[in-house]
Amino acid sequence: MAGQTLFEKIWNRHVVTEKHGQTLLYIDRHLLHDGSFGAFERLRENSLKVRRPDQTFATPDHYTPTHTASLDDLADPRAKEIASAIKGNCEEFGITVFPWGDRRQGIAHVVGPEQGITLPGLTMVCGDSHTSTHGALGCIAFGIGSSEVTHVLATQTLWQRRPKTMRINIDGKLGFGVTGKDVIIAIIRQIGAAGGTGYAIEYAGSAIRDLSMEGRLTICNMTIEAGSRCGMVAPDDKTIAYIKGRPFAPGGEKWDAAEKFWRSLPSDDDAVFDTEVHVDGSAIAPMVTWGNSPQDAVQVTERLPDPDQEGDTDRKAAMVAAYEYMGLKPGTPVSEIPVDKVFIGACTNARIEDLRAAAAVAKGRKAKVPTLVVPGSGLVKAQAEAEGLDKIFIEAGFEWRLQGCSMCVGMNGDTLKPGERSASTSNRNFRGRQGPDSRTHLVSPAMAAAAAVNGHFTDVRSMMEDA
Amino acid sequence: MEAFTKFKSIGIPIDIANCDTDAIVPARLLRQPRSHPDYDKFLFHDLRFNADGSEKPDFIFNKAPYRDGKIIVADVNWGCGSSRENAVYVLVANGIRAVIAPSIADIHYNNCMKHGVLPVILSREDCDTLRKHMHEAPGEEIEVDLEKQTVTALNGTTFKFDIGPFDKHRMLNGVDDIGMTLRFDDDISAFEKDRRDYAWM
Repeated sequence: MAGQTLFEKIWNRHVVTEKHGQTLLYIDRHLLHDGSFGAFERLRENSLKVRRPDQTFATPDHYTPTHTASLDDLADPRAKEIASAIKGNCEEFGITVFPWGDRRQGIAHVVGPEQGITLPGLTMVCGDSHTSTHGALGCIAFGIGSSEVTHVLATQTLWQRRPKTMRINIDGKLGFGVTGKDVIIAIIRQIGAAGGTGYAIEYAGSAIRDLSMEGRLTICNMTIEAGSRCGMVAPDDKTIAYIKGRPFAPGGEKWDAAEKFWRSLPSDDDAVFDTEVHVDGSAIAPMVTWGNSPQDAVQVTERLPDPDQEGDTDRKAAMVAAYEYMGLKPGTPVSEIPVDKVFIGACTNARIEDLRAAAAVAKGRKAKVPTLVVPGSGLVKAQAEAEGLDKIFIEAGFEWRLQGCSMCVGMNGDTLKPGERSASTSNRNFRGRQGPDSRTHLVSPAMAAAAAVNGHFTDVRSMMEDA
Repeated sequence: MEAFTKFKSIGIPIDIANCDTDAIVPARLLRQPRSHPDYDKFLFHDLRFNADGSEKPDFIFNKAPYRDGKIIVADVNWGCGSSRENAVYVLVANGIRAVIAPSIADIHYNNCMKHGVLPVILSREDCDTLRKHMHEAPGEEIEVDLEKQTVTALNGTTFKFDIGPFDKHRMLNGVDDIGMTLRFDDDISAFEKDRRDYAWM
């Protein structure tokens, strides 16, 4: 019998029952955010209880302000109502909540790993597609819709089709200045924005083993942009060191049992995946997206692609439409594209390592365009301030803001104006994502900082001190 | 949930590859309740309307007879991106009962299943053919028959589609998920009592 994959080892341990080709899957941990308010309304309408409040955690992130500590200062009173409601909702149902004003509050996908809520071997869900992030710690984590959120609250389970498995092997040594962000954008460019639909993806290979936990979290975060709900990395020494001592992680004797179990999880050598993909890590360079799908990406040293060279007519039409929306021309060198604003933040890239990378580029330089730096959580913010990163940013003319989702999705009022172009460390370059008629280019934190101080995209490697 | 058995309507071709849920309903509208009097206008809002609220006449959903259509025929990777279920609420608000596409994003597919909107996967060639035909013969009706798993269009041409038995049963009978799952309460409790590998939790 063939061995098992990491995914199978976890999935098989969470099967409550199976009916007509679907699995009733047990959910170990459920994260809620302020946008989950509708689920509470439906619980009340149907007189339902929360089955396992002890396995449910909440933090507001989408609607919270970044410019002020007072929710009263949000321009839209409805945003204030939504950002505050989570506290009362969670208290009513006995759910642990990190409300606005609690220093642990932040983006759900930053808070989960940071608090030790996210652990290897678990099944985890959240009503947000970027729940794939948590898989970097070796768990099955995927985004769900609002009806499914209500379902998990009421039953602690979900009916699911078992996805197929894909392993993406990234071998070779990543080049100087190449980050997890560049790796995942390069992967999406290779397999396409629907390349992972119907699959759970395991990222493997020497480049993944060499990456920090932050880099792995960034890669798993954008798994959904390749069409897959669930991205994973097998737990190893780095994972275990990252978890140890976190508030909700097991301690004492439980830690020993947990660690032993976690070390049994990596895919067996003879495990078989439905699909295997190989990526040459040494060929990846800093990436910049140019269109309205994350697959529309080029290396910073390239020129924008020519739709006339595209054989697929539908794809060609999509490229032409993207050029029109983005106000760009084929053949333009990436370094000649000017930016109007820069956003450094989001569940993709708002962890301490991301802020350090941006600060290293900002240090001693001055922003040419308005630049927002939005940490992923109150604790990331505190850590950055303890390291003096806030001073580096402020000195460089960047705005040092409060934690939250902010301009990744613009629901709290942090948006681009129509026609404005951003360099953004977020995960989606969709039309209108950062505000109506906004134009988004996805990059790594260091690349974003380079765009901020130059006013246009720049190969950040030329600005970094080679080690 | 409203059951889905057989449904016939004008087809609306949406020629947008990777049509994401931000395009289906922009994030800034998610705070609005489904009781909002203009909720139906949130569908494709920024593709349909100018900043002053006037219609963009070129967008297909603003043209007769497509604006009366209740079946969408889309391109690859329909519903990708954000998990927002509002992207299905706005379909429901417009009476749309089925989306036919070469691929539908996993989360959006599941969200459709909760609201009686049938996600139908046909080959890329078949979807291209259907959309082309709908442009050439505006107002042409499409019939989706879930029991037989067929889409009928183009003067009687029939396309077969696959759907899992669980999803088919749920849609045909309009099954409420939570009500069904609560009948497995004993299984869930038994599962929770016997978790030998997870005693550390």
